[in-house]
Amino acid sequence: MSKQSDAVSALTVIDADVAAHLVSRRHAITKGVTTSGLVMAGLRIGTVPAALAALATDAYGQGRLPTVVSGVLNFALRLEYLEAEFYNLGVAAPNLIPQADRQIFTTIQAHENAHVQYLRDTLGTAARPKPVFDFTAGNGAGNGPFADVFTNYNTFKAVAQAFEDTGVRAYKGQAPALQPYKDVLQAALTIHSVEARHAAEIRRLRGNFADNEPNEGWITNADTDITGTAAVYAGEANTTQLGLNVTTVTSVSAKEVTEAFDEPLTMAAVLAIIDPFIV
Amino acid sequence: MNIGETLGRRNFLRNAGLSGAALALAGCSLDGAELFAPKLEPSRAVVGADGSITLDFSSDIDVLNYAYALEQLEAAFYVTVVTNAQFTTIFAANEQRVLRDVRDHEVVHKDFLAAALGSARIPNLTPNFSGINFSDRLSVLQTARTFEDLGVSAYNGAARYLSSTAYLGVAGKIVSVEARHASAIRDLLNPRSGDFAPSAFDAANTPQTVLAAADPFIVESITATNT
Repeated sequence: MSKQSDAVSALTVIDADVAAHLVSRRHAITKGVTTSGLVMAGLRIGTVPAALAALATDAYGQGRLPTVVSGVLNFALRLEYLEAEFYNLGVAAPNLIPQADRQIFTTIQAHENAHVQYLRDTLGTAARPKPVFDFTAGNGAGNGPFADVFTNYNTFKAVAQAFEDTGVRAYKGQAPALQPYKDVLQAALTIHSVEARHAAEIRRLRGNFADNEPNEGWITNADTDITGTAAVYAGEANTTQLGLNVTTVTSVSAKEVTEAFDEPLTMAAVLAIIDPFIV
Repeated sequence: MNIGETLGRRNFLRNAGLSGAALALAGCSLDGAELFAPKLEPSRAVVGADGSITLDFSSDIDVLNYAYALEQLEAAFYVTVVTNAQFTTIFAANEQRVLRDVRDHEVVHKDFLAAALGSARIPNLTPNFSGINFSDRLSVLQTARTFEDLGVSAYNGAARYLSSTAYLGVAGKIVSVEARHASAIRDLLNPRSGDFAPSAFDAANTPQTVLAAADPFIVESITATNT
């Protein structure tokens, strides 16, 4: 029960309205009223998004999420499956990740697996199955441009960076579609910013955390030093926001203006980027 | 010291129109339609005689003003950090680079929001950094971590109040940069650990929680209504 209390108090901080729903659910539970097992699962896990996932399925009914929501969440799930399996294989690969860097990747691995679990819980029976991946980007041939991805640490880090930056742009691009579904939007945003934390860490790791452009934690212009990833960064040189040319209203240079805003990608652009990785 | 810069108040809608035409002429090929600002409404914020500010979250403009308040705070903090006489002594070269970049990004966020809000923006705030020792590496980095994590949680928690898709879009473009900052600052504090992302899910804090956390660093009192 203490973990349930923790979950509810965490929600009280996050969103009193949602917490009220949960509390009433708990009252319903104590009264023996049938309720979604996922609500209980969410409370046991004790994380806000897990509880929100339970609320979403409770509110809409298992398998009856609004089409827009299930479409976006299945799109996100496809990316999270990709990332989770990538890190699962990378962390398990012998002699790939140096000991000094292992904690970075086991942290990211745990997060991506948690994201998969969250999305699957929320989607319920609407969740699509995990695709078969080819991390060499060879569409199943196993000899794509990243053929040494699990034996060459530099390739592994480069692919990781591309996945994380794509993930950030993918979630960002779907926020407007989720806008009417505020709890789902908020939950998606709490994943979106974590992907950005991952992206920054891996980018800086690739520069060995030194003063080493273009491996800072942020995206400069549409620059990439990874062959074949131009589409991952297309549009990042944008300096116009809300129709305003930002370079005209600040003394900061255009390079840093492009770094100060991350740009979205459409669902179609993201699917094209990850297509070579899917068999 | 005023946090805000003395930017001329711009005719934002006119800028938007001109930029839109320029983009159309350039055959802008960004994915998806470039977002254009909805018609700018007046702020519903109430500014008291003592400088206190009450933001009305039923207004998109005041949700943006909330972001503007936080960006003013962050920008002022990093400007103070990098202009401190000890800056190049207490920070290694790569750390100086991170902090200068973050300073630049926060100034961009502040200047952009000031220009976008135009006459609908809240007054310049006055920071209170008396509790921070800017000559102490740990004091600076721990405060930076607080501000960046707070900024991420603030944008994540405020998104639900925006009714304009364009404003949601631009807030989303800023929040992930704040998350990149949070990651980098946390890595400076605890290098090569899992600290850069302490949870699989970031916080999404209410305006009340965020403003209470920011309150010690701002002279003016800021409150939020209609949340």
